Amino acid sequence: MSARVGVVTFPGTLDDQDAARAIRLSGAEAVPLWHADHDLKGVDAVFLPGGFSYGDYLRCGAISRFAPLMRELVPAAREGLPVLGTCNGFQILCEAHLLPGALTRNASLHYVCRDQRLRVESTGTPWTNSFEPGQEVVLPIKHGEGRYVADPETLAALEADNRVVMRYLGNPNGSLNDIAGIRNEAGNVVGLMPHPEHAVENLVGAPSTDGLGFFTSILKKLVNA
Amino acid sequence: MSTDSVKRAVETPAEPMPFAELGMKQEEYDRVKEILGRRPTGSELAIYSVMWSEHCSYKSSKVHLRQFATKAPKSDALLVGMGENAGVVDIGDGWAATFKIESHNHPSYVEPHQGAATGVGGIVRDIMSMGARPIAVMDALRFGGADQNDTRRVLPGVVEGISSYGNCLGLPNIGGELVFDPCYIGNPLVNALCVGLLRKDQIKLATAPGPGNKVVLFGASTGPDGIGGASVLASATFEDESHAKRPAVQVGDPFMEKLLIECCLELYAADVVVGIQDLGAAGVSCATTELAAKGTGGMHVDLNLVPLRDHSLRPEEILMSESQERMMAVVRPSDISAFMAICQKWDVPATVIGEVTDTGRLVMTWDGETIVDIPPGTAADDGPVYERPFHEPAGQSALNADTPDRLDRPADLRATLLELLGSPNLASKEWVTSQYDRYVRSNTVLAQPADAGMLRISEIMAGAEPTTRGIALATDGNGRYARLDPYAGAQLALAEAYRNVAVTGARPLAVTNCLNFGSPEDPEVMWQFAEAVRGLADACRTLGVPVTGGNVSFYNQTGSTPIHPTPVVGVLGVIDDVAKRVATGFVAEGLRIALLGETKDEFGGSEWAHVAHGHLGGLPPEADLAAEQAMATVLVEAAALGLLEGSHDLSDGGLAIALAESCLARGIGATVALSGDAFTDLFSESSARVLVAIRPEAFDRFAALCVDHEVPCYGLGTTGGTSLVVEGVLEVPVAELRETHSGTLPALFG
Repeated sequence: MSARVGVVTFPGTLDDQDAARAIRLSGAEAVPLWHADHDLKGVDAVFLPGGFSYGDYLRCGAISRFAPLMRELVPAAREGLPVLGTCNGFQILCEAHLLPGALTRNASLHYVCRDQRLRVESTGTPWTNSFEPGQEVVLPIKHGEGRYVADPETLAALEADNRVVMRYLGNPNGSLNDIAGIRNEAGNVVGLMPHPEHAVENLVGAPSTDGLGFFTSILKKLVNA
Repeated sequence: MSTDSVKRAVETPAEPMPFAELGMKQEEYDRVKEILGRRPTGSELAIYSVMWSEHCSYKSSKVHLRQFATKAPKSDALLVGMGENAGVVDIGDGWAATFKIESHNHPSYVEPHQGAATGVGGIVRDIMSMGARPIAVMDALRFGGADQNDTRRVLPGVVEGISSYGNCLGLPNIGGELVFDPCYIGNPLVNALCVGLLRKDQIKLATAPGPGNKVVLFGASTGPDGIGGASVLASATFEDESHAKRPAVQVGDPFMEKLLIECCLELYAADVVVGIQDLGAAGVSCATTELAAKGTGGMHVDLNLVPLRDHSLRPEEILMSESQERMMAVVRPSDISAFMAICQKWDVPATVIGEVTDTGRLVMTWDGETIVDIPPGTAADDGPVYERPFHEPAGQSALNADTPDRLDRPADLRATLLELLGSPNLASKEWVTSQYDRYVRSNTVLAQPADAGMLRISEIMAGAEPTTRGIALATDGNGRYARLDPYAGAQLALAEAYRNVAVTGARPLAVTNCLNFGSPEDPEVMWQFAEAVRGLADACRTLGVPVTGGNVSFYNQTGSTPIHPTPVVGVLGVIDDVAKRVATGFVAEGLRIALLGETKDEFGGSEWAHVAHGHLGGLPPEADLAAEQAMATVLVEAAALGLLEGSHDLSDGGLAIALAESCLARGIGATVALSGDAFTDLFSESSARVLVAIRPEAFDRFAALCVDHEVPCYGLGTTGGTSLVVEGVLEVPVAELRETHSGTLPALFG
């Protein structure tokens, strides 16, 4: 039985095709999930892709949080369903309080698209178990609001519990502690500003295939489960 | 205010109408009266004034643009030519590409962010209306001097507008141009290109056939934005009080546009659309008259049904509003419920506002009264056509006689290289392009700073048949060359875009163009325009690439000073196996470097003359189209055979800049030797030249290919090391090249 990974499309989601393709390339089945449905279709894990859901004219992710599908996803995530949110997906996970902190306007005040060097800090998640702790990777970033902020207590707790999943090498947006991604306490919910789905093929996207590790990680986790 | 109905127009024939305020000339107004046999109503006047504006009717350019058709080369690839929303070309395996470039110059000066954003939105809807999925955008931008104050206002706003709109839409931005010249200070050029993909048998056209079919307006509601944009902004020269025109710039909502894209694609897939037209310049006026004129010929519209976001709008304003993110479709009555269900799924408001008739008249009502009753073709197709007088500018011969031969040539070529490399026109564009998403949808094979953008096509649409093909696109233009000789300048723009496509391994197939000029009412500007069109049409015929569509932007001038004539040319090419694309620059150590083409002493209009001396005079480089064609053949064949590791076109700044950029691509140095005069070899801008990097064992096969096609091929040296070394002339560490190249724009714009 193949692993089934849901890919959520909100109005304004942009990287859903990319995420589905990366999931298929890793050998799993990509299952489209529609924002307006109260249905997770029995998937084994969920990928919340990037984009500008509902236009993001309000705070990024603030409206998506209330989508019918999120009413199913939030409790499932609290019960252990593996969830990865990238970019707008990360912002939505923070707005839904599945992850702490918030993503604010880049310090440069400009949108930035570039191939970013990063370090994998936490490999104890279903999405990062294929990496070595401390492994350096290159993934694209592309966002205007990716500056991770949280209060000092939250930051201290994230660091103490090894819940920082990835850190920037050369901070592109002013994120506190160079944080590019975090996980929840249980480890099943991960949020990242970088885009692993754009670094899975030699022909297209970033000059790196380091993104594949996220997809092989979840496949390994689900197949071994 | 009472409604000016047809009945009232008949009863009050002498009532004065504000045609001059709407940009209409007396003789044009007289013709409307002649067509209608009475004075027009206010609503009819609104329609004719926008449809007969320069922007919509091409009244000054039409007589020249005809050459693109009469001189068009025979091409099996052309599926839809000029006159539709965008041209469509056959790219093989059942696939077609549609592409077009369009200006949004004047709005971008008045309100840079929204002007540029809605420029992207408009061209994307043109592509959607052909039945295609838009797959990428590019932007050719020109601003005043980089250090001029107003450039600091306009450039960041334009870039932010393109960034916020294009990124939110989910279309990769894969290339374009960024040029600074004081001639553009009051008239920045914002030319936006979009390319879309569709199955060859699924082309949609702007037509309203079949009496009884419903006319559906869908997308955003109609507001007071952009009223009169087409006639007021695009068709008039700026005077000092131009800021008073601010309300005429439209405001964009990229989220609605993203919904419209997905909604339209689902409507096409469900086959519930008979004809479709986007609402751009001239809004409802344009969509209704054009759809009706190309269909059965008649249409009835109840303007009260148009959804409004400002309920105080009068019918004249509804007709002229340029509110963004709107489309108009013609739908069979039996398909209406399926159509509406798809719109509802995507949260796209849709309203039936009328139906197709066989009366031959476009009739509109408001509060039960007939306010428009016209033959639609008279507004859409039979606008005025002007044979504007033209003559060579008074100072043209003196300009051509003032050659760069009198300029002092430098002794320190290392300093010259760094001076040019750090100058705004040649410096890294990353400050701009890093604000654009180039990765979304994961089909981007090449993006800036590559010579051309390239996309694979097999993975673009769900259920697509497997194909190895890809498409490549480049845009180029050089206002200084065109100022010195508009005929040659237009040809050089085409030659460069054609070459930029070929260096990636793609075969150039078709052309789009955006012709940016001053006022057509100035005979000297009109001469520049006529010469440029003639040059471009002749070159397209020689190179075998037809013009598929484009756009003319006149009145780019402040007072009596026009911009440099600036034809911007986009070329689309196809590569049979996208995996065989050639990267830009030096991609590995130990490769042989060769220069293709001949270098002559050509500095007229060059970047060196501009940067080092602020000089513009003489003649531009010779456009050698036969050499371009032979070289493209070699490049495409060599790429298919896997002989090329890297390549780079030579253009502004000549060989020196091409070498430096090639080193910067991957941070790999090079050592080369020159045989002639070092300054000429390094900085001349002779056209039809390309730099290639080849594995040593493949060099002889490549050289033989060049001999077969009579393309000059000179071995220059090898790649490797950490510096760019020109033996006996200069040596610069790649790190120093990088610092010089990357620091300029951030220092200027923050």
